[in-house]
Amino acid sequence: MPGDSTRMSSYARSVMSVFLKDWRSELRTRYAMNALLMFVVTTIAIVLFSLGSEGAPSDALSGMLWTVIFFSAMSGLSRTFVMEEERGTTFTLQLLAPPSAVFFGKLLFNLVLVLGLNAVTILLYLALITGFVIQTLSIFLVAVLLGSLGFAAAATVIAAIIARANTRGTLYPVLSFPVLLPLLLTVINATRLASEGAYFQEAYGEFQILISYIVVVVVVSSMLFEYIWKD
Amino acid sequence: MTNALTLSGKGLGKSFNGRAVFHDVSFSVAEHQTLLITGHNGSGKSTLMKIICQVLTPSAGHVQVGRADSAGDGGRDLFGFVSPYLQMFEEFSAMENLAVAMGIRGRQWNKREAAALLERVGLDPDRDEPVRTYSSGMKQRVKYAFALLHHPPVLLLDEPAANLDAEGVSAVRSIMAAQRKAGILVVATNDPGDVDTPDVMVDLDARR
Repeated sequence: MPGDSTRMSSYARSVMSVFLKDWRSELRTRYAMNALLMFVVTTIAIVLFSLGSEGAPSDALSGMLWTVIFFSAMSGLSRTFVMEEERGTTFTLQLLAPPSAVFFGKLLFNLVLVLGLNAVTILLYLALITGFVIQTLSIFLVAVLLGSLGFAAAATVIAAIIARANTRGTLYPVLSFPVLLPLLLTVINATRLASEGAYFQEAYGEFQILISYIVVVVVVSSMLFEYIWKD
Repeated sequence: MTNALTLSGKGLGKSFNGRAVFHDVSFSVAEHQTLLITGHNGSGKSTLMKIICQVLTPSAGHVQVGRADSAGDGGRDLFGFVSPYLQMFEEFSAMENLAVAMGIRGRQWNKREAAALLERVGLDPDRDEPVRTYSSGMKQRVKYAFALLHHPPVLLLDEPAANLDAEGVSAVRSIMAAQRKAGILVVATNDPGDVDTPDVMVDLDARR
């Protein structure tokens, strides 16, 4: 129906505009990007100094990679909602768009940020950490893509929750950790399989868990978001 | 049946953490009418305004807005809102703020129309400095352009003359007069002199 397609394109424009607003704002302030990059460099340096030239088993190195990604992401992903709350523009957005359009626009922004963060982190990690080699690239790429989407989805809804709290700085990683734990354990396992040279089929179980996690988090978050956002 | 615009609230109440701000507020305004909301500081004027534009959910009662042939068909685009606590995106210029707002509303962007509106509220449309460099009066003018660009049938003004000089107040009076001709005007203020002839009044001091 023409009415439905007009509504759909209006909704898609709304989602895209929320994303573009955050993106242009980020390019002008560089707040989240700077915080993320500083954390990536600092945490990789700590891993590098603690390992020295001795290296570590592949499962430990896979775990350390995602530890770096987790803490770096925690430093920047909450900005998307905290910034609106601090500047008083939450009400402005509430006037302009339905809650779900704001949620998906912010999710898209966090996804781009996480993908960029992961690309930088992985390149630095591969270049600097002795003994970390990816033998099955296909497993690693799928794990990183699905992991990034799951990360962004969970981080977005948790950021919306903590933006209203007074102790938002400390609350974010504390609240995120239990929610992200199933995702972290699965991507760490998939990364270990990729570094050990497993066949692609051997990682099917991990991919199924990651896809299920993403579907559940995105669906539940989009349903919950209206209540978090409105009152 | 006429296609007249109506705005009504029935039995509205709002509590925060068990503390009632107001209760049993009812009103009904038709097209070309003005609703005036008065009350002391803390009486809930801004809360009622947010409930009317459907940003806040009332603890009791309900709001209905729409044309006679689509009663209850509420939506964000029905409302334009100006208040001292409404904040613009300060890293963007006035024109960029309007473009962002229309995009997020899912509407088509018309730069010429936006430029004319900025001129109408007394701002230079070519000024490309971010809004954070504007004075509080200029920011208030941007808010009027922000509220009017999508031609809302219902215009809500919370403390309409806040931060404005005499010229700004005069511009606001002409905007209020134009809105009365085009749709419904809702004004919340401590100064009843802001509105010459309200058609319906709600005194929140009597509803605490």
